[in-house]
Amino acid sequence: MSETKANPRSAPSGAYEVETVAVEAINRAERRSLYARREKIYPRRVHGTFRRVKWLIMLVTLAIYYGAPWLRWQRGAGLPDQAILLDFPGQRFYFFFIEIWPDEVYYVTGLLILAALVLFLVTSIAGRVWCGYLCPQTVWVDLFLVVERAVEGDRNARMRLDAQPWSLAKIARKSFKHAIWLAIALATGGAWVFYFADAPMLARQLVTLEAPASAYVFMGLFTFMTYMLGGIAREQVCIYMCPWPRIQAGLQDEQTLAVSYHPLRGEPRGAHKKGESWEGRGDCIDCNQCVVVCPMGIDIRDGAQLECINCALCIDACNTVMDKVGRPRGLISYDSHAGVVTGAARPRLLRARTVLYAALIAAVGAVMLVGLMTRANLEVAIERDRNPLFVRLSDGSIRNGYTLKILNKRHDARRYALAVEGMSGARLDLAGRAAGTDFELSAPADRLVSFRVLVTAGAQAAAGTRSMTFVLTDKASGDTARYRSTFRGPGQ
Amino acid sequence: MTDQRPSSRHDDVTGQETTGHVWDGIEELDAPLPRWWLWVFYATIVWSIGYWILMPAWPLVADYTKGMLGYSQRDTVARSIETARASQAPLARRIAAMSYDQIRADADLIDFAVRGGRSAFAVNCSQCHGAGAAGAKGYPNLNDDDWLWGGTLADIEKTIRVGIRASHPDTRNNVMAAYGRDGLLKPEQIGDVVEYVLSLSSRGSDAGAAARGATVFRETCAACHGPDGKGRQDMGAPNLTDAIWLFGGAREDIRATLQAGRGGVMPAWQGRLDDATIKSLAIYVHALGGGK
Repeated sequence: MSETKANPRSAPSGAYEVETVAVEAINRAERRSLYARREKIYPRRVHGTFRRVKWLIMLVTLAIYYGAPWLRWQRGAGLPDQAILLDFPGQRFYFFFIEIWPDEVYYVTGLLILAALVLFLVTSIAGRVWCGYLCPQTVWVDLFLVVERAVEGDRNARMRLDAQPWSLAKIARKSFKHAIWLAIALATGGAWVFYFADAPMLARQLVTLEAPASAYVFMGLFTFMTYMLGGIAREQVCIYMCPWPRIQAGLQDEQTLAVSYHPLRGEPRGAHKKGESWEGRGDCIDCNQCVVVCPMGIDIRDGAQLECINCALCIDACNTVMDKVGRPRGLISYDSHAGVVTGAARPRLLRARTVLYAALIAAVGAVMLVGLMTRANLEVAIERDRNPLFVRLSDGSIRNGYTLKILNKRHDARRYALAVEGMSGARLDLAGRAAGTDFELSAPADRLVSFRVLVTAGAQAAAGTRSMTFVLTDKASGDTARYRSTFRGPGQ
Repeated sequence: MTDQRPSSRHDDVTGQETTGHVWDGIEELDAPLPRWWLWVFYATIVWSIGYWILMPAWPLVADYTKGMLGYSQRDTVARSIETARASQAPLARRIAAMSYDQIRADADLIDFAVRGGRSAFAVNCSQCHGAGAAGAKGYPNLNDDDWLWGGTLADIEKTIRVGIRASHPDTRNNVMAAYGRDGLLKPEQIGDVVEYVLSLSSRGSDAGAAARGATVFRETCAACHGPDGKGRQDMGAPNLTDAIWLFGGAREDIRATLQAGRGGVMPAWQGRLDDATIKSLAIYVHALGGGK
């Protein structure tokens, strides 16, 4: 540290004989590190109701994720029998009895909107339920922690192991843990690719190294990300990467349930010995059990905070302690902010925002359901030629050209008849094919076919713009599809 | 630096400093970045250096650094065009070798020909005939059912191959002389013929002049346009009785045609385009709706 002598104060009289030195304290605010070290968290195992609920949810969600691609669903010959399949080469999305074409991606959009609205509703009622129980990050970190605990022991054993100098035994133990983590990560990446191809076939190909390169690439990517996010990054993902903790603040209010410590009951906190009186003090015995079980490493008694994922493990820990010291449970519990402040208020479920979200869910759900129930197996799209707008023929009559696209969503070939309504005397031709009005259009199973249709009308009938309707009739089933279009001639 | 931020203060709730920025009473914490973010940042720098070495990256004066992997987007495009050509080759060979009847019997082949014809038309023909093949004054509309040189597939193919007044030895050539300018007809005779031609397509005309014009027409015009004015496709003489006029059908247009003559041109495409492309073009033009 360098020191420079400042000019002595040149006060004309009464100057002190004190030297002023230009020096800075090394821990001034401006000198502190811009970067925060990561504090390693060693969550302790906990038993209780919420832990049991979380085990159950973990089991169910993991079973769905790993098992769903193996479910079968018979759709008929020549079609995939996988219940859930995103068939990109075939451009189909299969979900049990639902089959979605690329042009129907709005069903997926609707599903995402529905999922977002449900998330909003749940968050406004019970806070970060998603974060605490269902988020893949939470589920996989939980799974990785189970492995860590099994290999390295519980909190204290893990802390001791980390404090030890490196030895063969420590290396062996750590490598074993990482090996299991990588195996889980590989299985996670492996399960992902099964959603995009026939699972049993792809599994065989993966083992015999005959699978497409993209399958290995995505497996590798998911293996790496699962290992990094679930094993290494853990709580850092929730604190620094995820936008949801920030967004949800706008969805909650004072009536929203959240994992909360009750300071009115708990304070003043302090150590308590068996047999001592509880008079004049709070129920919190400051045992820090709520802190050591927290997977985010925070203290719930500091109040609501960004880092809290509302996993409720501190509730289990505190209830166990309360049982032991003979005080009622619920010092930490799901409660609303209003409830915490007053100590009594029950949260109101019916609020403007919950009603609004519920109504939106019902509306979007109803629209989706009706859309899915009335999904047409025959769709027709007709595009009028824009260049030229119309063609004058040698006899003076006017011809318009149209591109007709038939989407046959049935699993068998179909034959259709085409007619025009609202244009008396108009002639219908198929470009390059038979003339006349009673021609037949055929579409193979599961295909989009395109035809060029020519409509010709006499010069008198054709002046200006008039609307007309194409009617496509399925010859076998009688299904009709109608499409409004226009016919243009010279003039306005 | 002794610059102290104006109202930066210690926040007791979080234990962190604030930046001193306040918006509507909301203060901004000066929370430290996690150190691993810094490492990720360094990792991206290392990545970029690796990228410079492996991939094309730095512009030089006349060139650029190619990178060790030798990746080039131009090569990728060229390769995919080559692949596309190779996969189209069998279809193109069949189109070149087969007759139109054979081609039309095969739905896949006709589909390929129409699509290929459309793109060849856009590249080679649309400059004059228009993107929709609707033509313009002096450039025939290929959508309609009126054809100067015939509208069958064979006729269309031949016109494409040999062109009109083009370099090909068998090129199509029709002559509409400049009857007025060259003094072949007197001005009043031209006026009479104009009235007669108008009457051919049943439009209002001076009956007396038309009658006189009929005589002139029989002597001078009928050799090409036929005695009834319906034209002759073997000579490229247009039908004067229908609703379609390449150079305009108004009285003044017809007078201008007689006065100065007409003679459009079209290049011969034989030798510029391969057989399969020419046949595809013929199929596309034929399928526009006017083909015979």
